Amino acid sequence: MKIVVCAKFVPDATADRRFRSEDNTVDRAGVDGLLSELDEYAVETALTVKEAGDGGDDAVTILTVGPEQAADAVKKGLQMGADAGVHVVDDAIHGSDAVATSLILSKALAKLEADLVVFGMGSTDGGMGVVPAMVSERLGLPAVTLGSEVTVDGQTVRIRRDGDTASETIEGTLPLVLSVSDQANEPRYPSFKGIMAAKKKPVETWSLADLELTPEQVGGSSAWTEVVEVTARPPRSAGTIVTDEDGSGAAGLVEFLSTNKFL
Amino acid sequence: MSNVLVLVDHSAGTVRKTTAELLTIARRLGEPVAVFIGDGVQDALPALGQYGATKVIALTNPDLSQYLVAPKAEALQQVAAKIEPSAILISSNAEGKEIAARLAVKLDSGLITDAVDVQAGPVTTQSVFAGNFTVQSKITHGTPIITVKPNAATPEAAETSPEVEEFDVTISDAAKTARITDSKPREATGRPELTEAAIIVSGGRGTGGDFGPIEAFADSLGAAVGASRAAVDSGWYPHAYQVGQTGKTVSPQLYVAAGISGAIQHRAGMQTSKTIVAVNKDPEAPIFELVDFGVVGDLHKVLPTATEEVTKRKS
Ligand SMILES: Cc1cc2nc3c(=O)[nH]c(=O)nc-3n(C[C@H](O)[C@H](O)[C@H](O)COP(=O)(O)OP(=O)(O)OC[C@H]3O[C@@H](n4cnc5c(N)ncnc54)[C@H](O)[C@@H]3O)c2cc1C
Repeated sequence: MKIVVCAKFVPDATADRRFRSEDNTVDRAGVDGLLSELDEYAVETALTVKEAGDGGDDAVTILTVGPEQAADAVKKGLQMGADAGVHVVDDAIHGSDAVATSLILSKALAKLEADLVVFGMGSTDGGMGVVPAMVSERLGLPAVTLGSEVTVDGQTVRIRRDGDTASETIEGTLPLVLSVSDQANEPRYPSFKGIMAAKKKPVETWSLADLELTPEQVGGSSAWTEVVEVTARPPRSAGTIVTDEDGSGAAGLVEFLSTNKFL
Repeated sequence: MSNVLVLVDHSAGTVRKTTAELLTIARRLGEPVAVFIGDGVQDALPALGQYGATKVIALTNPDLSQYLVAPKAEALQQVAAKIEPSAILISSNAEGKEIAARLAVKLDSGLITDAVDVQAGPVTTQSVFAGNFTVQSKITHGTPIITVKPNAATPEAAETSPEVEEFDVTISDAAKTARITDSKPREATGRPELTEAAIIVSGGRGTGGDFGPIEAFADSLGAAVGASRAAVDSGWYPHAYQVGQTGKTVSPQLYVAAGISGAIQHRAGMQTSKTIVAVNKDPEAPIFELVDFGVVGDLHKVLPTATEEVTKRKS
């Protein structure tokens, strides 16, 4: 079985994230980045599925679309234990929205002949969480999404999804698109052996032409949404802080709630 | 005037508050046409009329509820082909976003998710990067598809008496591939829905596993209960109540964080709350950078006393 994890390179959430002033897109080049933490759960799921298999020809490939530095996302996946990587990189991709990104991923997944496509629940930057559904739509494959528990049983993939109103069991048949939540597992850390081994693993670099796509189909000019204004949120004005050392904290709190008409 | 499709969010005919918000927003853009999937359209009719739906399109094909979202997206595509709406509005929850994603691919249209405001244009407002930026956008291609977060508008009544039109949809076999084989409804708590609540009281690792004081304080204020991921991961509170990047994003009038340090991933889910209050025994906790009012102290002492006082004042 060919397992492919779609992994995104994102700006580090703990660093200063910003927009490029010239075109209002997320600055992915001028800031520190890494594999989206939420995609680590997808990598872990893929590795677990492979390890639980019969050891046959199951292989895990990390697929990422993004600028040069995005190769780091592939590398992290390989260090965790994936077998191979594919990095789709092309200047024309900059500014692609979710619709265009899903197009690039779908073409690459078709070329890879993926049986099981694994996504995280969303990226830590854009956070739309829509790309798995779009890829499923484009490839005409079933999608079981937001799994907090995953079992693969022959050709059947079954997940538990803890939704807002119910806990559901959802299943579909391979080939299939899967997304997992951060409840699904505990992602492993790359071991020293894993880090060394990753250096020898094959990583292919594909351009748009390799996927039979043209620059017009992707990137900022193809984006169907346009940011008209970006405003930094004004810092919150400093509040009142009291201590409960003398036991007056609760009274102060209730007074605050009362003055602000919350009672 | 142009039609604006609103996908009704309901449970067995009981319309959720978010639908009233969507209908209110739809009236800024055109004439709201409500699309109702499943049973119970007659029960929903008064609420849909109250908020200005000019027409209700009812879809009762059983395939729509048995499978995951793909059939619903197909159905909406067929409705859109007939109605030719100028925009499509859907609630921004997990299911709504997936329906919208599929529809965007089917209709070759731009998609905006998690809007916190939508004005004529349509011009949407989103809150991004843990609430640190506000972004205004528009859709430049196809039929604008917008998923809208709870509390994005205050529902305004505009009484109409909409007709119900039954609409037949055909669902392809390709859309019937992901099945729901079991569903265990979550127990009702009697508290307000987390994403819709005006007041939320959340507990974190600092509760030490006892959510009693959190729940009691919440109940005295008529609030919903939330939790940090540390509390959820420890098994102290169900994941459905997690606030933050990988939980719910909330924007209530008042958010009370008790025993929560204020990590960036938690902030991402609550930073846009109107008023923020924290109770934390560590004066250096980052949550205090956000608060309008903070108490440095032990939540196990402060909250029970405050609960008593609130209950006394309210009675
Ligand atoms: C990819 C990713 C996604 C994440 N998503 C989320 C998310 O959606 N939501 C989320 O919340 N976190 C999320 N996190 C985790 C986040 O980074 C923090 O670890 C988490 O928010 C910490 O929870 P906490 O504040 O309850 O615990 P801690 O950080 O341990 O803080 C506990 C606080 O309680 C205080 N305290 C202790 N005892 C008392 C007492 N008796 N009275 C008063 N105060 C007391 C302490 O001073 C401390 O400030 C995510 C992390 C990652 C990596």
